[in-house]
Amino acid sequence: MKTLTPLAASQYCSFRLGDLFLGISVEAVQEVIRTQVMTKVPLSDPCVSGLVNLRGQIVTALSLRRRFGMEPKYPKPPMNIVISNPDGAISLLVDEIGDVMTIEQDYFESVPETFDPRYKSLLEGVFKLDGSLLLLLNLEEAIRTSE
Amino acid sequence: MSEREAERVEIPEEVVEFLVESNENLDRLDQDLVALETNPDDKDRISSIFRTVHTIKGTCGFLGFSRLESVAHVGENLLSKIRDGVFTLDSQRTDALLEMVDVVRGYLAEVAATGGEGVREYPELIAKLQSLVEEEADDGGETAEPQAQAVSENAFIFPAVKKDTPQKTTSKLRTGDDKEVDSGNPSLNKTQVSSTPSSEVPAPSDIKPVLSETSVRVDVSLLDNLMDLVGELVLARNQILQYTSKDASTALSATTQRLNLITSELQENVMKTRMQPIGTVLSKFPRVVRDLANACGKQVALELDGKDTELDRTIIEAIKDPLTHLIRNAVDHGIEIPQIRQQCGKEASGTLRISAYHESGYVNIEISDDGGGIDPLRIRDKAVEKGILQAELAPKLSDREAMSLIFAPGFSTAEKITNVSGRGVGMDVVKTNIEKIGGSIDVVSQVSKGTTFKIKIPLTLAIVPALIVSAADERYAIAQTSLIELLRLDREQIDLSVSVIEGRAILRLRGKLLPLVDLASLLELRSASETKELESINVVVVQGEHGPFGVLVDGVVDTQEIVVKPLGNQVKDVAVFSGATIMGDGRVALILDVGGLASTAALNSGEAHSGEAKETDLLEGESVETKTMLVVKAGETSRLAIPLDSIDRLEEFDVGEVEWAGAAPVVQYRGAIMPLLWLSSFLGANSSFDEAPTTYQVVVHSSSGRSVGVVVDDILDITEVSLEIDSYSARLGVLGSAVIAKKITEVVDLSVVVESFLSAYEGIGV
Repeated sequence: MKTLTPLAASQYCSFRLGDLFLGISVEAVQEVIRTQVMTKVPLSDPCVSGLVNLRGQIVTALSLRRRFGMEPKYPKPPMNIVISNPDGAISLLVDEIGDVMTIEQDYFESVPETFDPRYKSLLEGVFKLDGSLLLLLNLEEAIRTSE
Repeated sequence: MSEREAERVEIPEEVVEFLVESNENLDRLDQDLVALETNPDDKDRISSIFRTVHTIKGTCGFLGFSRLESVAHVGENLLSKIRDGVFTLDSQRTDALLEMVDVVRGYLAEVAATGGEGVREYPELIAKLQSLVEEEADDGGETAEPQAQAVSENAFIFPAVKKDTPQKTTSKLRTGDDKEVDSGNPSLNKTQVSSTPSSEVPAPSDIKPVLSETSVRVDVSLLDNLMDLVGELVLARNQILQYTSKDASTALSATTQRLNLITSELQENVMKTRMQPIGTVLSKFPRVVRDLANACGKQVALELDGKDTELDRTIIEAIKDPLTHLIRNAVDHGIEIPQIRQQCGKEASGTLRISAYHESGYVNIEISDDGGGIDPLRIRDKAVEKGILQAELAPKLSDREAMSLIFAPGFSTAEKITNVSGRGVGMDVVKTNIEKIGGSIDVVSQVSKGTTFKIKIPLTLAIVPALIVSAADERYAIAQTSLIELLRLDREQIDLSVSVIEGRAILRLRGKLLPLVDLASLLELRSASETKELESINVVVVQGEHGPFGVLVDGVVDTQEIVVKPLGNQVKDVAVFSGATIMGDGRVALILDVGGLASTAALNSGEAHSGEAKETDLLEGESVETKTMLVVKAGETSRLAIPLDSIDRLEEFDVGEVEWAGAAPVVQYRGAIMPLLWLSSFLGANSSFDEAPTTYQVVVHSSSGRSVGVVVDDILDITEVSLEIDSYSARLGVLGSAVIAKKITEVVDLSVVVESFLSAYEGIGV
């Protein structure tokens, strides 16, 4: 288990989800943990994968694959990115965890118009990196309760 | 005015302390003043009041709150004369002093919010108090010079404090309702502050250690944290117990046993730290009752009982408003004015009694008055007038059911709206607030004898006893509050007592029909058909809002004390669950909400499956009373609904079983002859069968010892229906029509049908 302490605002925790390379600000991340035993919540939003006991704290795990409308099955046991949230911690299930990257704001751009509309509302913007694009996750939108 | 608020605006610590203590003291002042009014010779109490006001005044001067100081000052002057026996405390003086307490409270609120005392002034109050001070003495004696008096007070108050405190400073600091103790400690800290300006007073340094060693002020959030940690510890302990029960050396299992005991004791003690006597709330009521009784021109004696009964502080907070409301109601509506009471042969002064006591893990609070009582007839009339109840249904309600209408939204029987109560909001809010903390409220009333409200609330919210059940390999917890009984049925019994009608199961239990909710299929964990194949089932009978119902589960695992944790936002809106908990093996289990189970099960019924229908049903479900109905077909086109509570049993008879007694069809049923009645022909419709059926579906209804079989063409559904019935039907035996599953359905009044049938039946001489 690796605990990430909050660093400068321009540091991002990167992760992979399907063929997307995504990132969120490290300040939002409480910790990153491996797959946990999960309790399903029947009748809930399909994006809710279940509830996890994190040292006595009950964490709601959300399937980012479902949120992004991808094939719901994770290719291997997913990683949990635990987000601290005033209304109770939330864990985002992702395929694979990447490095913490320090990126300058100059590389930031808004989401291109041509981007897949399914994804657009879930993204805040794009960082142009050498040879790849890091998509900045719109956290508020990602953890929002669907009506 | 809380400490928290104070911290928000960064108020200096000494001011925060002043606020906390002054507020505590003021609450006691209310009580003391009211008590003193009835018993004016209680010297200890007068001294205690005097000291409280004096300390507030002194500290205000020290902290520079001059407006507040000036109000407290005149109050103190008046009090000093009362203490010296120049005046007695009559109701006029009490009123003025209580008003002063309110003003001081207002100032303190201002200080808590802004850090300053604000700019409001109360010249009228000061003048009033001043004129009371300058009045002739009660015994016509000399009028003391107020200024001189005040000065001399300053000089000798402190020794009095000092004399009182050492022996009376006990660990009971937190109780707040014990007069003996109160007179000592709260003033103590103040004494130290206010002693600074008046140098001749001996510093009470010898007293302080005693106080700080016996009690400590602790932030509530720290206690909450402790509670959480103990919850964790309990879970870890449970896990260790599980391991050691499998394989353990003697040394380890002995240690585990000790760990077990210590943990339990620790849990109990930490829970105790959060407990407060209910007296902290009850002690506010003498003032409330006094003011209200005066405003209404009534005489009310308040009796408090069981003030030491302890409750978790979060619950104490939660019941404060509902209790206040009930008490205001009792004084305003319940107790009559003295003239009327005397006409009824009662004492002019009414009695309002609040008693609190523990009972099997719960706290009961009873609020009873000896007033006019609630007339169930008047309740019915009012409910019909306000559109809460259908006029035809009114006579059918039992008195008890009628009584519960006072908890319906928008209900009030007050003839005139006073500023106290009668606006029609209230009792429903009282009920919801009490139910929110897992409690229940009940009312018993006798006309002209009085009314008793009985509130039952859990001791604590954080840890509740629960039943752990399993359904499709998942575990769920059900709070034991709503539990009635557990049943286990094997295959044979299932066949006998469970009927499935259109996917809705009903259980016959001791002659009653009970709706049955299949937990696994409700939670979409497996299909209902798989449940049918089970060799044995367990039924948990729970008390729903509209009557008991059975929850079909695979197994009953255990009973356990569970630590309730809230659900996150993403899953909060699933009505079936009210929270989650962590089990001994570290896994999360969901806590079932009985109300949510009932409403979800009812929503999933019949054709009301589309999202739109769901939403309107939900809205109605919140405000309108609902009833479970059996939907049947009788006659070519007509769908009929029969209230489930009017049905005794459902039976099926072969055509061959029907015999004829004279001209009437009968069957042999439970050793007696039961006449049959065709609902379709009774209602004047043609039977819907194209060809003769081989079996008859029969709804059995018993009336005055006779059972009648009502034959219907088909049983369609069982569903929860709101009681909004349009009543234009002039047909005998039909209550009216309601919209059920988006179709107009006539509601049958089975008792009327059966009775009119029986009278005709007996007429033909069988």
